[in-house]
This record gives sequence, structure tokens and C-alpha cells, in this order.
Amino acid sequence: MKILIILRMVPDVIEELEVASDGKSLDSEFLRLIINESDNHALEQALILKERHGGTVTALALEAPEIDEVLFTAVAKGVDRAVKITGVEKGLTTRSVASVLAHVLPSVPNALPADLILTGCQAIDDLDGQVAPLLTQALKLPYLGLVTKVDANPSAARASVVREFASGVRGEFDVPMPAVLGIQAAEKPPRYVPVAKVRAVMKSAQIETVAASTAAQAPNVTILEMKKPEAAGRAAMIEGSPQEAAAKICDILAERGLL
Amino acid sequence: MLNPTTLDYLGIPGWIVLWVAAAAAIFLFVKRVAHLAGILKRARPEKRWDQIPRRLALFVSDVLFQRRLFQERAFGAAHFLIFWCFVFYATGFLWNLIKGLIPALPIPYADGVPWMALPMEILTVLALAGILFSAIRRYIFTPSGLEKTRDATIVLSLISTLLVTFALGEGFKVAAEGHFAWYTPLGNVLGRTLVGMGTTPARAETGFLWMWWAHMMTVLGFLAYLPYSKHAHLLASPFGVFLADLRAGKMPNASEGASKLEDFTWRQLFSALACAECGRCERVCPAYASGFSLSPKTLVHKVKEMVLSPSAAQSPAGSAVAKTEVEAQTKPFVGEAVTPEEIWACTTCMACMERCPVFNEHIPLIVEMRRYLVSQGEMDAAVQETLMNLTRYGNSFGKSARARAKWTEGLGFKVKDARKEPVEYLWFVGDYASFDPRVQEITRTAARVFNEVGLDFGILYDAEQNTGNDARRIGEEGLFDVLKEKNLQAIGKAQFKKVFTTDPHTYQALKHEYAGGDENGGGLNGTPVLHYTEVLDELMERGALSVKEKTSARITYHDPCYLGRYNQVYDAPRRVLRRLGAEVVEMPRNRGNAYCCGAGGGRIWMEDAPGVHERPAESRVKEAAGLPGVDTLVVACPKDLVMFQDAIKTAGLEGNLVVRDMIELVGEAVGLTQRSESYERAEEQKQ
Amino acid sequence: MAQSIWVLAEQWRGKISDATYEGLALGRELADALGAPVQVVLLGDNVKGLTGSLGAADSVLLVQHASLAHASPETYGEVLTQLAKEKEPRAILVPMTNVSWDVVGSLPAQLHMPFVNFCENVEAADGKLRAKCLLYGGKMQASMAPDGAAIFGILPGARPADKGRIEKAPPVEEVAIAPAEPKVRFKSYIEPDAGEIDITQMSVLISVGRGMQNQENIELAEDLAKELGGAVSGSRPVIDQGWLPLSRQVGKSGATVKPKLYLAAGISGAPEHVEGMKNADLIIGINTDAQAPIFNVAHYGVVEDATDVLEALTQAVRAKKG
Repeated sequence: MKILIILRMVPDVIEELEVASDGKSLDSEFLRLIINESDNHALEQALILKERHGGTVTALALEAPEIDEVLFTAVAKGVDRAVKITGVEKGLTTRSVASVLAHVLPSVPNALPADLILTGCQAIDDLDGQVAPLLTQALKLPYLGLVTKVDANPSAARASVVREFASGVRGEFDVPMPAVLGIQAAEKPPRYVPVAKVRAVMKSAQIETVAASTAAQAPNVTILEMKKPEAAGRAAMIEGSPQEAAAKICDILAERGLL
Repeated sequence: MLNPTTLDYLGIPGWIVLWVAAAAAIFLFVKRVAHLAGILKRARPEKRWDQIPRRLALFVSDVLFQRRLFQERAFGAAHFLIFWCFVFYATGFLWNLIKGLIPALPIPYADGVPWMALPMEILTVLALAGILFSAIRRYIFTPSGLEKTRDATIVLSLISTLLVTFALGEGFKVAAEGHFAWYTPLGNVLGRTLVGMGTTPARAETGFLWMWWAHMMTVLGFLAYLPYSKHAHLLASPFGVFLADLRAGKMPNASEGASKLEDFTWRQLFSALACAECGRCERVCPAYASGFSLSPKTLVHKVKEMVLSPSAAQSPAGSAVAKTEVEAQTKPFVGEAVTPEEIWACTTCMACMERCPVFNEHIPLIVEMRRYLVSQGEMDAAVQETLMNLTRYGNSFGKSARARAKWTEGLGFKVKDARKEPVEYLWFVGDYASFDPRVQEITRTAARVFNEVGLDFGILYDAEQNTGNDARRIGEEGLFDVLKEKNLQAIGKAQFKKVFTTDPHTYQALKHEYAGGDENGGGLNGTPVLHYTEVLDELMERGALSVKEKTSARITYHDPCYLGRYNQVYDAPRRVLRRLGAEVVEMPRNRGNAYCCGAGGGRIWMEDAPGVHERPAESRVKEAAGLPGVDTLVVACPKDLVMFQDAIKTAGLEGNLVVRDMIELVGEAVGLTQRSESYERAEEQKQ
Repeated sequence: MAQSIWVLAEQWRGKISDATYEGLALGRELADALGAPVQVVLLGDNVKGLTGSLGAADSVLLVQHASLAHASPETYGEVLTQLAKEKEPRAILVPMTNVSWDVVGSLPAQLHMPFVNFCENVEAADGKLRAKCLLYGGKMQASMAPDGAAIFGILPGARPADKGRIEKAPPVEEVAIAPAEPKVRFKSYIEPDAGEIDITQMSVLISVGRGMQNQENIELAEDLAKELGGAVSGSRPVIDQGWLPLSRQVGKSGATVKPKLYLAAGISGAPEHVEGMKNADLIIGINTDAQAPIFNVAHYGVVEDATDVLEALTQAVRAKKG
């Protein structure tokens, strides 16, 4: 099987996010980027499929701070090829990212056609679009999102795919390949790769670079202002030891007739 | 003079019989030893020939003087006697063998020489008593960890046979020759008894020959049997001691991890051969006592089985075709014989290695196997997450590095930034002390105390990373390297004279596992590394810290594994406590025998196994609470604080026992008015 | 005629979802501000009878076809492209729920319209559309202006569903469009193992998150739930770890619950979880992190270890009950 995965970096919210002096973007001084969590699941799902069916997995990402480490980590986990798209503006919105990807993919040697293109189904910085469906539209491929299970049948060029609905209900779909899948969660949690292995890969492996074939289109949504949210409400905090807090909660419950 | 091998037996000269028997025995012995050596050769290399003087000293203290065996005093005495008896017997045997093989040699037999005969006779009696004691201990009282195996029975019988045949031989010789020498007291007593029973000189001579040959054949038989039995430890253990790991911490050198025989080093496998299955390690192991499936003794036994198993015996090294056959037959040791549960159960407290009389290396075996499991990604999800947090954020809490020094807010004074200004003491705070809400209060108290006594100290703020001690014990050596590099870089930019830490795990890493630690016996490139109890001790010693308000508390102190067993810092904390006025009551398991809280080796991030019926921390707080008149357990490690506080709740000891960090007592003693929250709560709970 | 505001309805398994009514409440406000009509666009198979509570809308734009039974981006895209070309809506409000996810993702490219995500509010300012969005998992709030007519992804709970629900069937404009069979075909639903308990029906939920630390501690929640006549539910990580079955999951991929008491023990309060419980009558959050977002949606909060509080609370409740 030939699988292509798209990886993206998003702001790491463990760090405290601040607004830049222009009042409408993130302050970059202490900003750290981290791999988009559902992209990490897409990577894991791709590796699971490779283990089952053989073939190759290519990881592709736009140039970004710390992206090299992410790509090397992917290779250390089992990805065969890592491709970085260079010549890309910083701070592109999701829609622009999707359009850059759609334009450049055909020119990445040996990337397309792929049996499956996997990427995360969402990201916390998707202001103006989602990568997977936008890419799908541009590449004119079938698409399914919120995927949690993929049973591929490469010889029949079809896959049985499970997608999440609500209330714990999931649905099974029949998807022709090639297709784009937006991964919510891989069938197994993302695997661990020892630091030593990643470092070894950093010394031995190469990341291919391909120049972006088009300038990013101008965004069609403008950010007028960004600020930290004022909480709509804030809980009345109950002080004291667990026992004291428990007593006060008990009173509240009694008042509300819940005891 | 009786000369057994000059006589004929069934027409064959004695010395020929002896030559044949000796040749056969020695052949079998050498064949087996060569085979075992061949197996060890398939393992990875390891250098253990350095620091010969130190090794010789260890040989003297622990082989000749049997030091560790005396930790169980009565048995230690018995084993010491049996050992020395054996030394003389072995010497005597070799002597007698040479004389027996070459009767014409103009030397007497060993038992004809006073300085051989007398010790041998005295030791024979003492060793017989020792054997009797050992047999009663093993077969009637059977301490845990000791089994009534066939091997043990054979060996005890063989040794008894040797002792009896020698003793009777002496008696028969005296009766036959009528020579009652001063250096054969046992022989004299037995000889007189025999004569009194009516034994004629001729019969006595026959008796002596029977005993002489029985003794020689038994030894030769033992020699041939030895390397096939658990008593291979007789051969291997002196080497085990001589080739012990002399470094503190004893972490194995960098490797890819071990899942089968060839992945271990020869020294690690050697532990299996040197093991006498005495069970001391199992008796002190907190994981085993709690109900985990790990037993250090069983683990080493499994390694022994792997080393001695048929598939290991098949191919000689160097045969290309056979090599792949062997690989196909060399089943993964890890996962089949040894389960991941066993491997992850270890807290790396080192109680096992501290007790082992032959200096076996249980923890390196476990760490090697953990390295393999880590490479396969086979670990608790929580451990995986912790490792990822350590990699990304430099702390195990998954918090931003910038939040590391948040505890310094609101202290009333600014804690110096050692990166920006020179300080006398660099305080390497550690993860738990910086991030865990319960411990942060302790850290703040510590800062106040140091400030109050005028200590010139600073911290690295957000450049400080977890030292990687636990990552290393979990088996993530690469992560340890990365953390070490980052920390050394940060430390390199700071200016200071000494380093101290409030965290023993950090202490061990900085002192011995970072730059220049192992070889020079400790220190960060020559800079002294101290635990804060050592700093307090020093300050009190030179009068820089005066106790304004002495406490009259009756407390007990828990020795942290990485401060106590790993670094032998037992006295400094006790001196500090006594200077504070506290009455220090020792728990039964104290100092080198202290019982681990269960957090080390990454276990603080792991789930308990289903078989666990009492966690190590619960056992420990019950031990503390059991001391009469003691209601305070003093700790000097943030993980101990957290583990014991939880254990007090789960063991239902709230109101009976509180946990306090030493620095809290120091704080009161120097008159700090601000009390920590946990202290207030502890006081409330007591009432 | 002023361009209308469209609210894309979400119908699933024979019901119009709450997200539709929430969107409709918002749409109504927006439409009134602009002096424009608001239309609910309802696509499905045999769904004509579901319009009974859509009274807040001025009309319903209805397309029925067998291949519209499921929210497929292919079929919905084809239909909506045709409708939008004809009707030229000013704004399309779409629900950001699992059911409509794929449709919402594909629509902007299919309709060649800008898309604004994570909207908690859409309003008009000088005749121009403005959205207030929660970005980065709720850590930042942004004010966004699309170029012209746009699609807005509405966060669940942006408006109370009751506000958009008016028991009246508005006039229906049915358009006949027969979209092609989608290439991605729905086969069947996989139901979660039915626990004996339906958490959406419980009036008390003791909900556990990662802060409970291990599976054994769930027992503490069970004890408290028993005392209060409720049940234990959990956030996604707890279900992923296998500590609770799928049927107990609260949140975006789980259930949306509205109990009288929702006790969030050791739950951080990520948006995907809050989505499922923010409308509970009484929310009490317990978390060792004072900055945890759960405290922004809870009525009362305790900064303590969840296991300690649960244990203490169980004892306190027992004592109080006598």
C-alpha cells in the first residue's frame, strides 16, 4: 500500500498563549509548536496499515519551526520518506495550507497517486477551514472524517472505514481508494519511539525538500482582534480541606434538594 | 607412614587408580567450565579489570572475611566456618592429590603437617556444627527465599561426607599408627575411641584407606559435579566479588537493551552463575513483599536457566550456519521466561544488591530488559506520557518549563538567578519540589530557611530540567542523555562553588552520573554535590545555623534509597535532627536496610499489578506508626513525602502518624513564623 | 429581496438535533439584525415531518432524496451548491458536530465561500458580518470578518437550544434535486454496548477524568453516585484508557447530558468535553489545577485532589442522610 500522511504543527497550549502587540495574532516569543494531535494519530494509523499490508508511508509537512524533529521522529517510528515543503510564508491559515498542499502534491516525486492520504480531522488553529476536506475537494478524491478504524483491501481498492457519530455511536462506511481520510483516533494509541532512535535517524536519514509551487492565496477571512477570553462565568470557589469542602458541597446539595 | 597410592587395589597400583579418577573428574570439570565460558563469550563485552587494588580489598573483605554474610549473624558465622574449612580442605586436597599421583615426591601428606592438620581438624568440628545448623535452618525453619531443592540436599550431603570421612580418617590413622600428635586433637579423640572399641591396627589401617579413598573420590566427584550444580557458585562467587561494579548507581553502560542471551553482558550473565540462591535479595525486595510477581532471586534463577538451557548449548561461536539455527532457537527471554510485569515492578531501591553476598547485579539485568521494552514501546500509557513530557517539557508533570520557578512567587524575597549572577550554592530543585503542589510548600519553607540563615544560593529557573535519573532507570537511556546535555549546558553558564539539591534522585544523577562522576567518586566535574541535609549539617557544624527553639519531638527518620543505600549518607540527617533536639527513634528497617517507599524506578508513574496487597509505602508507614510514642515520620525526599502522605490515608493511619520533611522542623527551630500549609493540616489531623 | 440567512439543519436517526435549534436561535438574531429572512435548509430522506419545531425560521428549504439520508459531503455538497447558486444566501450557519462534520468541512470549497470556524457568536456591524470565535482549544477569543457572504461553523452551546425551538411548522419550499450516489457509502451503525444505564437519563452524574489517576479510584465515584442515586460518567481519556465503557462518555463524540447535578472530578474541561455537559443545572468542578477551564463553566469549584474530595463527600453525604 502507498500511504501519504500530512503533518501540521499547531501552537502548544501547555505554554501560556499571549497576544502579540498588533492585537490580532499570537505573540511568538514564548510560543512553541507541537504536532497536531490528530495528525499524530494519522501517523500511527498509517504505520498500522503498513504493518498489515506492507508498502510505504510518506510523511509530508510544510516548513515550520521544529518540523524537522517531527519528521525525523516519524521516520524513527517507521515512515519511509519525509518530505518538507519549503518556500512557504509563515503563519498561513488552514485554508491557505490546504491550497499550498493541493498545488504542490502532484509535483512531489512519487507521492501521488497514493492509496490513502491520511491526516488529522481537526486542529485547534483551524480558523478558516479543515485541511482534509479542502484537500479532497482540490484533488477530487472521496473523503471521510472522524475516522477511528480502517480496514483496507488494497487489491480491491476499497476500504471499510469506521467513523464516530455522537453518543458513542459509530458508523461503518465503504470507501473507494484512493481516498482522503480525516483521522480522529488511530486504532492504537500513538507508539513510543526511544529518543536514541530519533537521534540516530537524525544522523542517518534525510528529509527531502520540495519548493512550494504556488504562493499561498490571500486569506478570505480577516482577524480583526484577538484577546484572551473573558470567562462567561467563573465558578464560586469553595475553600478549605477536602473534608471542609465536602461539608459545604453537602449543604449546597441539600439546598437544591439533591440529597 | 601410610601411603595410600603406593598400594595395589584388585591388582592395580593406587596411583594409577587415582590418575584415572582425577583425569576423568578434571576432564568433566574443564569441559563444563569451558562450555559455560563459551556461553559467556557469546554475550556482550564489559570491562571489569580496572582499579585492581580496590578489587583486591573487596576480595579480602567480602570473600575472605565474608562480610555481607554476617548481616544475618548466626548463619554468617556458620558459613564463615564452612568456607574456611573448605579453603583448608581444598588446599589439603590439592596437596594430597599431587602427593597421591606422584608417590615418590619427598613431601608428606597434608595431614602430616601441623599447620595444615591442626586447622583442618578444628575447622572440621566447627564446620560440622555449621552444616548441622544450616541443615536445620533450611529444612526445619525454612526462611523465605530458601528452598529445599535436590541440589541443596546433594551438596549438604557431599560436604558432610567430606567432613566425616576426613574426621574418621584422622581417627583411623591415629589408631593405626599409634601416634597421638598435639596437632591432631580430633584424630586423637577418635583414635582412642576406636582403640577402646577394639579396633586393631590392621583394621584401623584398612579403615583409614577406606576413608582416604572415599574422601578423595568424593572431592573428585564434587569437582566434576560442581559446575553442573548450583554450587558452581563456589567457583564463580569469588570472581563475582572481584569483578563487582565499583561505581555508585551501577547503571549498565549504554546498550540497545536485552531480550535474549546475547544482548546481556558476560558480567550480567555471570551473576546467574555466582548466585547461590540464598534468597537474601528476595527477603528484602519491596516489590516482592507487596505482591508483585517480581522476585530478584527468581529473576536471576531464570537468567541461570537461560544460560544453561539446551538451545544456549548448541552452537559453538563462529559457525555461520549454526548461528542462524541458534538465533531461531534463542527465544526471546523477555516476554516468555520473564514477564513485563516482573520487569516493571522494580523500584531500583538496590536493597537486593546491597544484601547479595556475591555482588550480583539484579538492577542492571532489569534495566537492560527495560531498555528493550522501551524500544518496543511496551510500557504503561502513563509512563509513555511521562517520557514524552520529559522529552518535550523537561519535567514529568507536562507543565511548561516556564512554570518551573512559580513556587518562588510571594516568598518575600527574590531567589537569585544563578545564570545571571554568581552564587555560592547552586540549588538544583528538582521536578517534584518545583511542580507538585504538596511539595511546593516544602520548597518554599526551604527557601525561607536558607534565606534566614544567610545562605548565598541561586537556582537555574526555567533552564533546569529533570536530571533524568528516573528516565534512565525506566530504560530510556537516550532521554537521559538529552536531559543531561541540556542540564550541563545550563549549569555551564552558571557560576557557583557548590551544588545542592533537596531531591535524592537528582543528587545521585548529578553526583555520579553526570560529568566526571563515576571515575572520581562523585562530583560535578570536581564541584561538590551535596544533599540539603549535608548542607544543614555543615551549617550547624560551623555555627552558621543556630537553633532558637529546640523541639522535644520523638520522631523517626526514613532513609531515602538514593541518599542512603546509594550514597551512604546516613549520619548527616540524624545529626541535624539531634541538633534540633529531636529524639530520633530508629525503625527496625533503617540505614542500609531502609524499606523503599515504592516511587523509584519510574514506579511512581505506573499502575499497581493486580496481585499487590500492600504497597511498600503502606508497609513503611505502618512500621513507623508501630514505634511507641512516635507520631512523626521525617523524610528528606519529595517523593517520600508524597508517597507516605498517600499511604497514611490508604492505610487508615490518619491521626496516628504525620509525615514532615526535615526542613519543616528546621524552619520551626530557626524561628520562621510562616508555617507551611501541610504543617497546619498535619497539626489539625493530630487533634 | 434581502439575501437570507441559512441555518443548515442536522437530522440524525429521525430527529432534528439540538445543534439545529441552537443555530436557529443565533440565525434568528442575526437575521433580525440585518432585516433579512432566516431559512432552515433541511436535507434528508423522508424528513418532511420533522419541521414541527422549526417555527423560529421564516421558511424551510427542503430537499428529500434517498441518498440524502446521511450527511454525506458528496450528496449534500451537490444539493447545496445548486441551491446556493440559485438563492445566494448571505450567511450559512452550520453545526460543528460530529454528524455534520464532513459536510461542514467540504462546503466552503464546494460553494467557494469563506469559512469561519469555532463561532460562539455571529453578528452584524454596519451591515457587515462579524464572528466571535474561540480558538486554540478555547484559550483565545478572536473577532473575525469574512470577505462577503460566508459559512459559519457554530460551536455547540453557542445559544440555548430552547431559544431556537418554537412549536410551529414554518412554510416549506421543497426543491427536487436528485444527487448522484455518493462514492463513500454508508453501510451500518455500530451501537455502543448498551450499558444498563443511559447517562442522558440520569439526574445526577459523577463524572471522572484523568485526574482520578487510576482505574481503582473510579470506585470512589461509584460510591458517591450510589449515595446520590446517580451514575458514573467520564471524559474521553478515561474511556480511551478502558476505565469506563463507551456508553459512559460525555462530550463531542459521546453523549450530551443535562443532569440536575454534574460533578466533574479530575476533568480539565477541554471544549470537546464541556460541549457535552455545559447545560447541566448544577456543575461542580474538582481539579488540582486552579487554571483548569472546567472552572469557567462550573458553578462551584474546589481546588483539591479529586479522590480526596470524592471520598470526603461520600462520607459527608452518608452522615447527612443519617
